[in-house]
Amino acid sequence: MSHRELDDMLGKGWRKPAFVKNPLLRWALLLGFFAYLIAAFMTIEVDWGRVYEGLDRGWAFVLAFTSPDFISRWTDIWSGLLESIVMTVAASVVGILISIPIGLGAARNIAPLPIYMICRGIVAISRALQEIIVAILLVAIFGFGPLAGFLTLSFATIGFLSKLLAEDIEAMDKVQAEAIKASGARWPQWINYGVQPQVMPRLVGLSMYRIDINFRESAILGLVGAGGIGATLNTAFDRYEYDTAAAILILIIGIVMALEYLSGIIRARVQ
Amino acid sequence: MPILERDDAQIWRRRTTGQSLVRWFGWLLGVAIFVYCWQLISESTTWFFVWDAPRIANDIWTRATPPKWDYITQLGRPIWDTLNIATLGTIIALCMAVPVAFLAARNTTPSALFIRPIALLVIVSTRSINSLIWALLLIAIIGPGVFAGVIAIAIRSIGFCAKLLYEAIEEIDHTQVEAITATGASRWQVMAYGIVPQILPAFAGIAVFRWDINIRESTVLGLVGAGGIGLQLSASLNVLAWPQVSLILIVILVAVMISEWVSAKVRGAII
Amino acid sequence: MLRLQKLTKTYKTGDQALKAIDLEVPKGQVLALIGPSGAGKSTMIRCVNRLVEPTSGGVLLDDVDLTKLGSGALRKARREMGMIFQEYALVERLTVMENVLSGRLGYVGFWRSFLRRYPQSDVDEAFRLLDRVGLLHMADKRADELSGGQRQRVGICRALIQNPKLLLVDEPTASLDPKTSRQIMRLITELCQERGLAAIINIHDVALAQMFVPRVVGLRFGEIVYDGLPTGLTPEKLTEIYGEEDWEATIEKVDEDDDVEAAE
Repeated sequence: MSHRELDDMLGKGWRKPAFVKNPLLRWALLLGFFAYLIAAFMTIEVDWGRVYEGLDRGWAFVLAFTSPDFISRWTDIWSGLLESIVMTVAASVVGILISIPIGLGAARNIAPLPIYMICRGIVAISRALQEIIVAILLVAIFGFGPLAGFLTLSFATIGFLSKLLAEDIEAMDKVQAEAIKASGARWPQWINYGVQPQVMPRLVGLSMYRIDINFRESAILGLVGAGGIGATLNTAFDRYEYDTAAAILILIIGIVMALEYLSGIIRARVQ
Repeated sequence: MPILERDDAQIWRRRTTGQSLVRWFGWLLGVAIFVYCWQLISESTTWFFVWDAPRIANDIWTRATPPKWDYITQLGRPIWDTLNIATLGTIIALCMAVPVAFLAARNTTPSALFIRPIALLVIVSTRSINSLIWALLLIAIIGPGVFAGVIAIAIRSIGFCAKLLYEAIEEIDHTQVEAITATGASRWQVMAYGIVPQILPAFAGIAVFRWDINIRESTVLGLVGAGGIGLQLSASLNVLAWPQVSLILIVILVAVMISEWVSAKVRGAII
Repeated sequence: MLRLQKLTKTYKTGDQALKAIDLEVPKGQVLALIGPSGAGKSTMIRCVNRLVEPTSGGVLLDDVDLTKLGSGALRKARREMGMIFQEYALVERLTVMENVLSGRLGYVGFWRSFLRRYPQSDVDEAFRLLDRVGLLHMADKRADELSGGQRQRVGICRALIQNPKLLLVDEPTASLDPKTSRQIMRLITELCQERGLAAIINIHDVALAQMFVPRVVGLRFGEIVYDGLPTGLTPEKLTEIYGEEDWEATIEKVDEDDDVEAAE
């Protein structure tokens, strides 16, 4: 904006400069957005009668939270929950162990190019595929049961953790690592002394976070037959046993909260 | 850092004997838990299927290739529905998340004793439960369809967005708020001038980030009947139409990549 | 015009920041408040417009006791008192013009301010003020693009557009270089003279205070230990306010600086 004189500006209105400078583009964006919204609303078919009928059931479900039924299906709930936990633990351990070498390989500053490409490829594939889709394919291949769920979660953990670990390694302090290299350390020694201490706290934090995610995901894998509490929950919904469903959901929420609390403590301790 | 005296020589150890023992015991316990988990998984697995897996995988692969390309003409509407579920779900979630976040943030909550815990409970419970489970629940209540999908995505996203947003609110610069208060501005004016401009970039980032995630999640909501492309996927799986399945998977992958690209672009433009 | 009566502030931690302060500021007088960090300077001016709630005592602005006002009346009273902050406290993601106009928030309704539709008289006044401080050409820049001195000028405009009777100024020069500090202090005192405003300026730089204001109040541990002319600040008095130090250098430096400026 060029230098303007006060007298020119007095008496003239003032408007806030627009976020999108070009007025044509601005209006096009705005119009396009509203046109999309209207089109989207038009194409959603809502059976309001059905929704209205459902309100009673919705209310019944809300009420079910005040009197959850842990007892009548306890054996189902317990076996489902145990399977979820078992899958979570096993998949987290395996996933974290595998994702460490892949994360090292996917960090450009410590891995040679061919290894970098391979590891980044693995990460990209793992991240692009939804857990539930992977679970469907693995169930088709390995049959029903927690093995498919375990493999799914391990696979997803690798994509998640390797990517973040690699980014962390790429962002680390070069000088510290160089100092170790200057002492004549071999590659494994260099990783152990120069890199590991820098990324360890974050690796622990991310691992805890991933365990949390794995547990939440394990709750839905049962929907496609890959083991866990999801199958029990699905049955409860199918039978309209809202009090049992509420009990399961409360358990899931409780465990997730406990995991978050635990990971908070652990993260505070390693940092 | 203990120094042991042995044979008149000083030996440096990183840990004392007691510390080492505790660590070894911890590792032992961890390994034992893992082995136990693995046994449970192994027990409920039909190993015959697993040994047969390479053959089955190969079989599926030959059936699935090449994808049935002309099936794509029937996927237009499901893709549109998927986009709508993600977008409308995100918009609704943001509308709900903003007040929840303001109620949950320590510096804006009207009552830290009563309202804040409720807001935090809303956040943790909506966050802990996967959108597929919300979809299951909503289908039981209001019937299958796109609408249930939109609401499921919206509910799941409230907690996620509200959590990130309230953390952003808690980090704002307090003196800017003070300065606006000192002009004699009302409560809402302080909000609009002192707080909102500070959290707007975070808000935009969260919105786009969640939209990206929601595109992924809405592709699979159809598996439980909540509309979108997942419906076609589940139908094709049920009749074992593998060439259709492979095409749908390709479409989902492309959609996920496009949404990731769009969200990266938009985030770059805003921040 | 402004009278503090036995103003006391005790924080929840038990720290007594202000111990029964009595102070009178007549109309149009600019007053510097000096004292070491933690003496209660910042608390005192924040108690005046109740950004910090005083524990007891009275703050009388034109015979209205601000400590007894409800929230609506307090907002009306706050319009009479412009405040200028240490770290500028501009809303960084808003434009310069929005920051200046935000000084009118106490006068316009919510929707008007939300839609940025301020009355033309306010807009004109904002332009005039920006011109006065030499930032008219920056009106549509975002506040975080400005330098420290420029930001503080915008902060001054924001305080003045409130059309206040009194300016509360909290360490206006703490984050500025010496030259800009002087320019800002000169600007504030000049504007106060032009408009006949009273001002309380918190400042830790004694030399700067002596250079620009006619009255200095020294605060130590929440109590007034000096109230008088800047020339009366002898080394003994400064020791009383700040503690033991070689004060001759500080005072002499002031004179030298003045000479240098006069020579320019």
